[in-house]
Amino acid sequence: MSEMNEVRKPPVATTGIIGWLRINLFFNWTNSLITLFVVYCLYQFIPWILDWTIFSADFKYNYLGEQITNQEMCSRNLDPENGGACWAVIYVRFYQFIYGFYPKVEVWRVNLAYIMLAFALLPLLYTKLPYRKYFLYFTYIFPVIAYFLLNGGLGFTEVSTNKWGGLLVTLVLGCTGIALAFPIGIMLALGRRSKLPVISMMCTLFIEFIRGVPLITLLFFGMVMLPLFLPEGIDMDGLVRVLVAVTLFQSAYMAEVIRGGLQAIPPGQYEAAKSLGMSYWRMNLLIILPQAIRISIPPIVNTSIGLFKDTTLVIIVGILDLLGIGRGTLADTNWLGLSYEIYFFVSLVFFIFTFGMSRYSLYLEKKLKTGINMGAD
Amino acid sequence: MKKLLSIFAVVAFAFSAHAGTLDDVKNRGFLKCGVTTGLAGFAAPDDSGEWAGLDADMCRAVAVAVFGDRSKVEFITTTGKSRFPTLASGEVDMLARNTTWTISRDVNLGFEFVGVNFYDGQGFMVPSALGVSSATELDGATVCIQTGTTTELNLADFFRLNGISYEALPIETNDEGKENLFAGRCDVYTTDASGLSSTRAAASNPDKWVVLPEIISKEPLGPLVRHGDHQWGDVVRWSLNAMIIAEELGITSENVDAQMSSNVPEVLRLLGVEGNYGEMLELSNDWAYQIIKQIGNYSESYEANVGPDTPLEIARGLNALWTQGGILYAPPFR
Repeated sequence: MSEMNEVRKPPVATTGIIGWLRINLFFNWTNSLITLFVVYCLYQFIPWILDWTIFSADFKYNYLGEQITNQEMCSRNLDPENGGACWAVIYVRFYQFIYGFYPKVEVWRVNLAYIMLAFALLPLLYTKLPYRKYFLYFTYIFPVIAYFLLNGGLGFTEVSTNKWGGLLVTLVLGCTGIALAFPIGIMLALGRRSKLPVISMMCTLFIEFIRGVPLITLLFFGMVMLPLFLPEGIDMDGLVRVLVAVTLFQSAYMAEVIRGGLQAIPPGQYEAAKSLGMSYWRMNLLIILPQAIRISIPPIVNTSIGLFKDTTLVIIVGILDLLGIGRGTLADTNWLGLSYEIYFFVSLVFFIFTFGMSRYSLYLEKKLKTGINMGAD
Repeated sequence: MKKLLSIFAVVAFAFSAHAGTLDDVKNRGFLKCGVTTGLAGFAAPDDSGEWAGLDADMCRAVAVAVFGDRSKVEFITTTGKSRFPTLASGEVDMLARNTTWTISRDVNLGFEFVGVNFYDGQGFMVPSALGVSSATELDGATVCIQTGTTTELNLADFFRLNGISYEALPIETNDEGKENLFAGRCDVYTTDASGLSSTRAAASNPDKWVVLPEIISKEPLGPLVRHGDHQWGDVVRWSLNAMIIAEELGITSENVDAQMSSNVPEVLRLLGVEGNYGEMLELSNDWAYQIIKQIGNYSESYEANVGPDTPLEIARGLNALWTQGGILYAPPFR
């Protein structure tokens, strides 16, 4: 019997590396041509970029072994033939890129806030964390702690937001904007679908107005017009004004994203919840929103990444975020002309954060989907 | 709560007589000075995060005049678009932000330009290989030009006046102009002379580029304050003038202590040994001494930030003293 049921192996040409190559890269002649072209481009590009960014690059010392303190000492300016990137500018200015002009004596507060941010995010990112409940309490009070830690008060010396800059400003704007816009966006989305005409009209008006205006305009409004409306002597902090603008902008977009999710929920879910005697809020909090938000994860992450990158626009109102510090560095006569290095570094930092966000959203989608399937079993 | 606070503040504001900017600054304990977000030689953060440049020195000079301490200043970064509202709303006490003094800004916007700390003007930069020594030889050249600026109009005027033609390559930013010129997509790049110098300094081989001698527009850049507060305007104006007069009199940060026992009357008046000019400005009598001691005279600031020994290599030119072929001229200190 056994020889009759002998399992035949698939043809060699469809398995293993060769099979994979055939199916994915050389399926037909157009496919093969494209593959060869791409390989050629990579062959041309990768050695060059590796050489420029790593092998011929200066990190702290130039090829003569001197420590680099200005652009004239970069290998590529001393000898254009054998020099690559001059990362010394990042090395020398690293503090400014990360903290802006935050006083050096107080910088432990920023570091502590960065570490606490990691701990505050942990229970949100990783649901199997032991003692997650207690970590979550910490997450709720973290914004208050961070405010006093970064800004001062409660015994800490005050550090004016003028001195904030670099990654600190980018993260404060990005995190606060995303965190605040989420609940506001949910309220706006529910409001827009409300049966009460006043609420629904107000929410629609707000969303359409904010969405119809570019972020730059809102930033200008916050920066330039707001102080003119406030009486003289009332000093609303520049960063706060920008934060207000960024949050409003983001919540309008978030509202539309979540409304999309809400509309995908079948009416049966509403009817089932109502027939169980649930109130409006219980129905939304327990039945509708958990499903709607789960569907909306990809667009939520999408707009969040968009906002994170849009924070670079604050340069226009004179706040020096990561990119702004980069531009400021380029204006220092010591570092004129190192724009490739600086823009490369800034894009790399942004890429790390946005790529992290997008990978996390993939993980979340996978995890939530299995959760639902297991529930259905 | 916030609303309540602001109502209280309005009431409090209405009942209190409005103090002048000088008193506000003194009460606050530091000066708020608006600068650029970064312009080579004029204001840019150095490696330790300190603002440096000609405009930054102007801010520091005013801080020294008021407090006798060059660190008592907070730099507020402003862009070309946000600078005027920032000053108008009282968020900064003064602007030193390479701002061109024009009639509409002075009169219509309600500001007061208190002097000129840099005379700039539109110039041309070409590759030295082009072999051109004057802008009038640029017939038929391709010119990189920032669109929607006064430089565009000045350029058209200049070429029409000289009866020569050009082809414009429109660009948006200074960086773009630089890249296009270096890549050879245009023969000429035109913008303010100080901008040309920083562009040239950023080149991998600055000697391959020359800035032509023609300057085709007037761009007097100077510090400005809000209209109506003349006392404060005087403090800023004379902080700048003190630096210029110090250069005229040959007083530097190094020899200022020795000059205290000079026999030149104007030196003694400036340094506060004689007279009570500080009191007139409601400052301490050694305010000018402190400026020269802590910041230096105009020449020292110029040489350190934009002068021939810096990568920008901007010759004094118009910015030399009136006695040395320039137009820098401060009213007498008496």
